[in-house]
Amino acid sequence: MHIDALSRRLIDRYQHGMPLCAEPYRAMAEELGCSEDEVLACLGQLQEGGGLSRIGPVFEHSRAGASTLVALAVPEARLEQVAARINGFPEVNHNYLREHRYNLWFVLTGPDRPHIDRLLAEIEADTGLTPLDLPMLHAFRIDLGFPLGDPS
Amino acid sequence: MTGCLNDLQALQLRRLLEGGLPLAARPYQRLAEQIGSVEERVLEQIQRWQEEGLFRRVGLVLKHRALGFRANAMLVMDIPDAQVEEVGRRLGQAAGVNLCYQRPRRLPHWPYNLFCMVHGREREQVCQLIGRLLADNGLSNVPHQLLFSTRAFKQCGGRFAPPLVETANG
Repeated sequence: MHIDALSRRLIDRYQHGMPLCAEPYRAMAEELGCSEDEVLACLGQLQEGGGLSRIGPVFEHSRAGASTLVALAVPEARLEQVAARINGFPEVNHNYLREHRYNLWFVLTGPDRPHIDRLLAEIEADTGLTPLDLPMLHAFRIDLGFPLGDPS
Repeated sequence: MTGCLNDLQALQLRRLLEGGLPLAARPYQRLAEQIGSVEERVLEQIQRWQEEGLFRRVGLVLKHRALGFRANAMLVMDIPDAQVEEVGRRLGQAAGVNLCYQRPRRLPHWPYNLFCMVHGREREQVCQLIGRLLADNGLSNVPHQLLFSTRAFKQCGGRFAPPLVETANG
């Protein structure tokens, strides 16, 4: 997707934090020296183009509930079917195909660990595949931001 | 002086926030209307949650693939337990590493206990970065694997808040 100069500035400045106030888009506009309408239009375009997932909090897993990273070794021929089944769970996010015998990797989130255990059991019963359950033990870095850098 | 949200309103607000703020001049007022409250109370609640550490951050949540970061590698390593904390801390500070987590081994299927995510525009660039990262930290000889993602089936935020129906019944 095309990323214009204002998008780039919005992303670089506000992916780590944004003003918490009644009119956050106006506050961003004032900081960037443009109009609130321009900020709203730009964010709307980013969202439509697929580059912006959402605006708001990223929850701290350990405080917000329970989560785990799960991997499945899915036979090639069943990949589409299993991936679609996994996507069907609202508790699943970040479902990726990776180059490995364990080829389907996704994150399960829920209000508590028993909820996660039920989901894992359901996935195993549904797919006949035993999930690798890899909960986070320690975070050494959790920053998901990345710099867009200069336009090239 | 305003009061707090009640438990149901607080839960509803969490669910709404998991879906993202509306793109409107007064986004918190929109959320407040949906839970039968007022903008000021919603902002106070969010401020409180932020102070309590419920959020890692509040900002723009991006999809790196759509933004041109298509080379996304998960580096997994088998680090001796006694060293994993020190190595994790070092790699977590290294340039280009977006995430660094310790996770349990699942022997015999899965021997790796330290995970790093590295995003880049080109695969070759990511491979070079990881090669340097390992060499600079004396890790070239530890058992490791590089798992590039080749397709995103789903990419969205976590859904932590329990379903409202459970609360209503409980």
